[in-house]
Amino acid sequence: MNGPAKDEGIVLTEAQKRARRSRSIAIALSLAALVVLFYVITLVKGPIVLVRPL
Amino acid sequence: MSLISEVADLRSRLAAGSPLALAEPSPATAGDYVALMKPRVMSLVVFTALTGLAVAPGHLHAAVGFTALLCIAVGAGAAGALNMWYDADIDAMMTRTARRPVPMGRIQPGEALAFGLTLAGFAVVVLGLLVNALAAALLAFTIFFYIAIYTVGLKRSTPQNIVIGGVAGAFPPMIGWTAVTGSLSLEPVLLFLIIFMWTPPHFWALALYRTEDYARAGIPMLPVVAGDRSTRRHIMLYTLILVPLGVAPWLAGFAGVLYGGIALVTGAIMLTLAWQVLNERHPAERASRNLFAFSILYLFLLFATLLVERGWGGLITRLTERV
Repeated sequence: MNGPAKDEGIVLTEAQKRARRSRSIAIALSLAALVVLFYVITLVKGPIVLVRPL
Repeated sequence: MSLISEVADLRSRLAAGSPLALAEPSPATAGDYVALMKPRVMSLVVFTALTGLAVAPGHLHAAVGFTALLCIAVGAGAAGALNMWYDADIDAMMTRTARRPVPMGRIQPGEALAFGLTLAGFAVVVLGLLVNALAAALLAFTIFFYIAIYTVGLKRSTPQNIVIGGVAGAFPPMIGWTAVTGSLSLEPVLLFLIIFMWTPPHFWALALYRTEDYARAGIPMLPVVAGDRSTRRHIMLYTLILVPLGVAPWLAGFAGVLYGGIALVTGAIMLTLAWQVLNERHPAERASRNLFAFSILYLFLLFATLLVERGWGGLITRLTERV
């Protein structure tokens, strides 16, 4: 006996999967670059990085 | 599918608000989001900001300088994305802009808006935290001016749109300068004025051979509203103001002989091309294309010379002074 049809939701095409993958990689690279940027700036500025007079 | 049918399809979807399209998985690649940031405009912004940063007196650590340029670039990209969000309807009507990601339906307008706002916030906050508050305030004002004043307020309502809107494009060297000095002075204002006065002849030269495009989209560019002849006179007038301004950094002692020579020669070419535009009969195609193309080179040469002459601690200037 067959059960109720399974709802598979939205099925991505190959093109959509490739597009999603390229977006995911771009976000990952941006976040990694941001981590490196804040790390380097903290090293460069030292404790003064916390001092921000307006 | 031809471009015309693609655009017609998109316009019908935009007009309908297409809930189906919103539910569809996004076809946008990372490249589409890069295109949304107007990379060519961004490169010019980064270049002029780099010049402002390099010629400013004082010292800035390379990593902090890089951060400043990154924030300025991202801020420019944010402005581009917000502009494409707001202008999606008219972009779809013009040949030059119909293949942008929003009119093509690859990125939804709401996605472009969210992307632009996120980038703008990121750029301003990081510039303020890691560089200085004045540079961040100027960047925030530039993005605000480009979107609220130019894109929303002026672009569709007055032929002076690109004259006043030119303020936004002229700010980057000032932001670069303030990233180093934390203050403003005559020199960055001169750089601002050069770009400000360069913008009208540059865009009007383009508008002269894209008049039908702008008319179809209902954008009141000068050739659409005041006609071809008046636009050519305006181009000549603004070029007459621009060329002395281009030489001004040398006359003010802010740039050296190399800059002065290049500003004079390229300024003379600008005037010649503007004169040809003024005197060319219909269609004003070849002369205006020449002026449009050369105007990009003109601005690039002025800033590149300044960068070479004054940048990196005035290395070239010091060497030539010794000879």
